Amino acid sequence: MIVRILSEGQWEVAEDRLDSLNQLDSAVEAAVESGDTAAFATSLAALLDAVRGAGSPLPSDSLEDSDLILPPSDATIEEVRELLSDDGLIPG
Amino acid sequence: MTLMKRISLIFRAKADKALDRAEDPRETLDYSYKRQLELLSKVRRGVADVATSRKRVELQAGQLHQQSDKLTQQAQKALSMGREDLAREALTRKSVLSGQLADLEEQRAQLQAEEEKLTLASQRLQAKVESFRTQKETIKAKYTAAEASTRINEAFSGISEEMGDVGMAVQRAEDKTAQMQARSGAIDELIASGALDDVSSLSRGDDISRELDAMSSQSDVESELAALKAGASSGGTQALEQGDTAPPAQVEATPVIEPRREEGPA
Repeated sequence: MIVRILSEGQWEVAEDRLDSLNQLDSAVEAAVESGDTAAFATSLAALLDAVRGAGSPLPSDSLEDSDLILPPSDATIEEVRELLSDDGLIPG
Repeated sequence: MTLMKRISLIFRAKADKALDRAEDPRETLDYSYKRQLELLSKVRRGVADVATSRKRVELQAGQLHQQSDKLTQQAQKALSMGREDLAREALTRKSVLSGQLADLEEQRAQLQAEEEKLTLASQRLQAKVESFRTQKETIKAKYTAAEASTRINEAFSGISEEMGDVGMAVQRAEDKTAQMQARSGAIDELIASGALDDVSSLSRGDDISRELDAMSSQSDVESELAALKAGASSGGTQALEQGDTAPPAQVEATPVIEPRREEGPA
């Protein structure tokens, strides 16, 4: 599967990594919901590191879309909430 | 549903919405390509803007370093004249400057990181736009409007996701840069107004260099004479020489301490 880290690029990650990524993802989700800034920073870093570590970067000229999209490494909780809202960061 | 999945779905829906579809899908290809080129030049402008901001912050840091050095010299001079109070004041102001310098350094590092990120984003986008252009030409040459439709969706999905990503990265960089420009604008004003000579309100109106200059005008000649008499081996010579490099600002302020001297006789 293909995972995009926003502002960074896309990685091809083996399907069998999905379970462990999901676990890390749950931690990020919990932190976003509780508004715990410190937990958010560490859990997001762990999730992104896992993607970078497990995946191999897609070539720059690839036009494939991603199965999963992750927030940028320096995202704030507010920005993640915006990503989850209907009118978000992407300019039209 | 996981957070990643939710973000992906919403992100893709938005990216897709941003795509203007024409009746003939082949026209949509051309239109999208035009938008891609626009975005590409926008990212490049973004890189240049961030670089400009970074250079401005570096320039300011240089000016504050100068101010800081000047305060060190003033402190040395004040000490050599036995004015520990003035030396303390100069060092206090210097410590305020150190705080601002640390802040500027942090800004510089952030701007540099943004610059690098945007540079990479523009390189990725350029590669994808080029790849899209090739596919676009192939599709237009080979397929009718009806046939092209599915092919086009494949080509679009990847590029529109990238455009959404890059568009967002540029937006974030602009926001960050704007915040820093506001802060550095404030420092520019401080530097221009000379208010940094009197950093913060730690000492209202009582400027170190003014007082030092006032003292200098009276005592420099004496101490230099003494130093000359004592010979080149005198340890105090160096401090005095450094002190002399401080700009002789506001000599007209001499009367500030003059009255004090005359208080005795009066």
